[in-house]
Amino acid sequence: MSETKLREEATSPKSLAPKLGKSPWGGQWGAFLARRLGRLGISIVVLVTVSFLMIRLIPGDPVRNALGIMASQDVVEARREALGLNLPLWEQYLRFWQGLFTGNLGDSFTLQMPVTTVIGQRLPATLEIAFMALVFMLACAIPIGMIAAALTRGGRRRGLELGYTGVSGFIAVIPEFLIGVGLIYVFAVQFHLLPVAGRSGPDSYILPVLALSIGGIAGVSRIVRAEALTVLGQDYIRTARAKRMSSWRIYMRHALPNLLTSSLTIGGLVLGGLIAGTVLVEFIFSWPGLGMTIVASIKDKDFPLAQGVIIVYGLMVLLVTLIVDILLVLLDPRSALKEN
Amino acid sequence: MTSLPETAAPAAAKSSRFATVLRTPLGITTIFGVLMVLFMVIFGPIIWGAQSTVADFGQLSAPPGPGHPFGTDAGGRDVLARVMTAARLSVSMAMVATALGVCGGLLIGLLPVVVPRRGARFIVSATGIAIAFPSLLMIMVFSVAIGTGVQGAVLAIGFAMMPSFGRLAQTMSASVAGRDFVLAARILGVSKTRILLRHILPNVAEPLTVNASLAAGGSLIAFAGLSFLGLGVQAPDFDWGRLLNEGLEKIYVNPATALAPAAAVVFVGVVFTLLGETLSRGFGIEPLLSRRPRALQKIAAPKPEAVETAQEDTVLDVRGLRVAAPAGANWTHPVNNISFQIRRGEIVGLVGESGSGKSLTCMAVAALLEDPLDVSAESVRFDGSELTQDGKIPSRIRAAALRKQLGTRLALVFQDPSTSLNPALQVGKQVAEIGQLHEGLSAKEAQERAIERLGDVRIPEPKRRAKQYPYEFSGGMRQRAMIAMGLMGSPALIIADEPTTALDVTVQRGVLGLLKAVNKEENAAILLVSHDIAVVTGLCTRVLVMYRGSIVENVDVEDLIAGRAKHPYTQALLAAVPTMKAEKGEYFATIPEGTVFSTSVAEPIAEEVA
Repeated sequence: MSETKLREEATSPKSLAPKLGKSPWGGQWGAFLARRLGRLGISIVVLVTVSFLMIRLIPGDPVRNALGIMASQDVVEARREALGLNLPLWEQYLRFWQGLFTGNLGDSFTLQMPVTTVIGQRLPATLEIAFMALVFMLACAIPIGMIAAALTRGGRRRGLELGYTGVSGFIAVIPEFLIGVGLIYVFAVQFHLLPVAGRSGPDSYILPVLALSIGGIAGVSRIVRAEALTVLGQDYIRTARAKRMSSWRIYMRHALPNLLTSSLTIGGLVLGGLIAGTVLVEFIFSWPGLGMTIVASIKDKDFPLAQGVIIVYGLMVLLVTLIVDILLVLLDPRSALKEN
Repeated sequence: MTSLPETAAPAAAKSSRFATVLRTPLGITTIFGVLMVLFMVIFGPIIWGAQSTVADFGQLSAPPGPGHPFGTDAGGRDVLARVMTAARLSVSMAMVATALGVCGGLLIGLLPVVVPRRGARFIVSATGIAIAFPSLLMIMVFSVAIGTGVQGAVLAIGFAMMPSFGRLAQTMSASVAGRDFVLAARILGVSKTRILLRHILPNVAEPLTVNASLAAGGSLIAFAGLSFLGLGVQAPDFDWGRLLNEGLEKIYVNPATALAPAAAVVFVGVVFTLLGETLSRGFGIEPLLSRRPRALQKIAAPKPEAVETAQEDTVLDVRGLRVAAPAGANWTHPVNNISFQIRRGEIVGLVGESGSGKSLTCMAVAALLEDPLDVSAESVRFDGSELTQDGKIPSRIRAAALRKQLGTRLALVFQDPSTSLNPALQVGKQVAEIGQLHEGLSAKEAQERAIERLGDVRIPEPKRRAKQYPYEFSGGMRQRAMIAMGLMGSPALIIADEPTTALDVTVQRGVLGLLKAVNKEENAAILLVSHDIAVVTGLCTRVLVMYRGSIVENVDVEDLIAGRAKHPYTQALLAAVPTMKAEKGEYFATIPEGTVFSTSVAEPIAEEVA
């Protein structure tokens, strides 16, 4: 997602937001939840339907495709039968939903075990690095953005501003997998400091988390800076200055609270991309998570597994968006009811 | 980036704009980068194509050396040749996928304009749902369904780009469709399709081009990622992603095998981003960077003894105050060499039209103006302390004693109480802050005093109100809270910059009455800025009239009311006040446009300027 778009989504709709009643639990709050959950429901249906159709739309026979031309017709037929591919499409669709509700996503072709078991084994590793990367990203991006804003507000220090926007813009362009390659080169090849593959000790987390978060730090800090420049130009900052307090106090006590909502919104919007980014980063660092699994399953034409992992990834993204939206309403009841 | 230029610039202006942009460092870098990329795409395979597949079995994964500037890969092939050869496939795949995404996105985005309302809403919400999923996930879905390989990858990435372009085209066409000229065309009965082609498409084209350029960089990276995962380009074809995949395994042996294709991807990605920036500035979507004027020359060193010692009963003594603001490459002086005094306990009005420099004067004497504004003065003495240093008022007062004095003895009330209070902090805490900062009170003591002060400014239930946030206060209440904030110390001067302009007329009286009461009880002088002569004459004893950065008259309110004002500008201001005695049908008196008064003090004749 481009930076300008992010900033727009994070800031623009709020000004149009209707004012909430005194209590966030009033009628508007209920309407907000209903609308939000309704959209979540529709999105889930779309996600499931797309991942269901995905396999059925593959040209030719997916089973033949997966087993190769050498497999005997009997084996293919047996597998088709087991997968229910010979049933009419609508019945397959109903069964698919039924399976979802009973926690049955079929069996993996390659691993010979239930897809849900595989996901259960792999999911924690992915969540770990995604969560750590998010926390690390926000912990760095918010201070960096604020400092950059404080130093360059009102058109001062043009040189620093150009340097900052240039460097952060450059880093933000580099995708996480190339950052990963760079990190491997510096920390493993050149200095032999950190392990490059697998999930073992605490130090094995460092490179994957860095690879996932560095681009985000550059991009998000730019947005935080732009937001902070807006906040620092507000009248209430002038009021604070009139009280003759230290700059530190102005930034921490008067500017930061007004930045948190928009920064969290941006964090939430970035988190979706961050979860998707785990696919490539896990591949680079041989991280035993869902990302490795999905790449392998697509390559091996292990369709039930690919389907299951895609649904899980999609659900994670949807849930994260929902949680961020609700959190925002709780944090700032005035401004977050933005839809419609 | 969806904001559109207000009016489409004429072609001539636009081309000169581009000429300007292309001469900036950004423009020059972009031209150079684009030429490099074009060279690699066109000549890469021609020059290095043959060499890229020749295996040198004597040198497998050889480090850089003569003959192989970046060494060789695991198959003994020259890394440089392979990277250069891969440029054409890598870049052209990105371009084709972007074109696919833009076309599909335009279709999704502009369809709502022509189809019936229901269909339009369906398309818009479907786009909304699709956009919620990260594009990488969508690419995965498509590559499962379509299969791996060049074709599959192009289709997958192209399709995955459609929703975001669709959303962009939707928001932009919606904003264009709401504008006057489109409404006019619609009323004239122009068909929807024609409106789309003639009016909407041209307006959407520029922002879309910018975004397409940025997205091309993104899709180049997506291809690299997909091929890197082994899901994109398959052997024997190779793009940068596949080279990277092979190179990563050998990164310990010859790092260049991985780093060279990575650098190529980053380079072209940056070029696309720069191109987007350049286009965006060229189209006028983003402003051109302007240069700052050179630092202001120091004014002649002030004569320290020239200022006669301020009288004991003067709370504010301003001499030769000047505010300079950068305007293009020069400096303007919105406040130009003004001097005035305020005695203790006096209420002085400061009037003048907007832009005459009233607020700047207030902020300057309160030492609150910041860079890039430059405040100089011979002398500004507040409450016995000199605020200037080397002829300037610094934007940050560093001396602790002076800060304390300003914090507790100088109170400020601003025009808009709804923006002057911090929306994220409780009102009581904001009022209490001064006590903690400058008077050594504990948080609890300060809070208690804040509640007391809120009661003093007649806010009912101060204890409960102190715990509320500004948005729970009415406008008048907020302004009272601002005054309470000033009363936390023991103010010698209250600068009230249009304190009632943003308020209801009925609330105005309450706030003004409160200021008057504070003046009496605390013996605090007040500098009251207003453009409302009625407010000033009702409250003040003396009035300063400001015009174009100068104080043109200093007159007692009694003289003003009695019509003894000398300066024609003051007289014109007075004449412009509507009265209840006016006859029906009589015009309001106005100052004719183009009238320029003299800025020298109380001169009798106005000059007419054509």
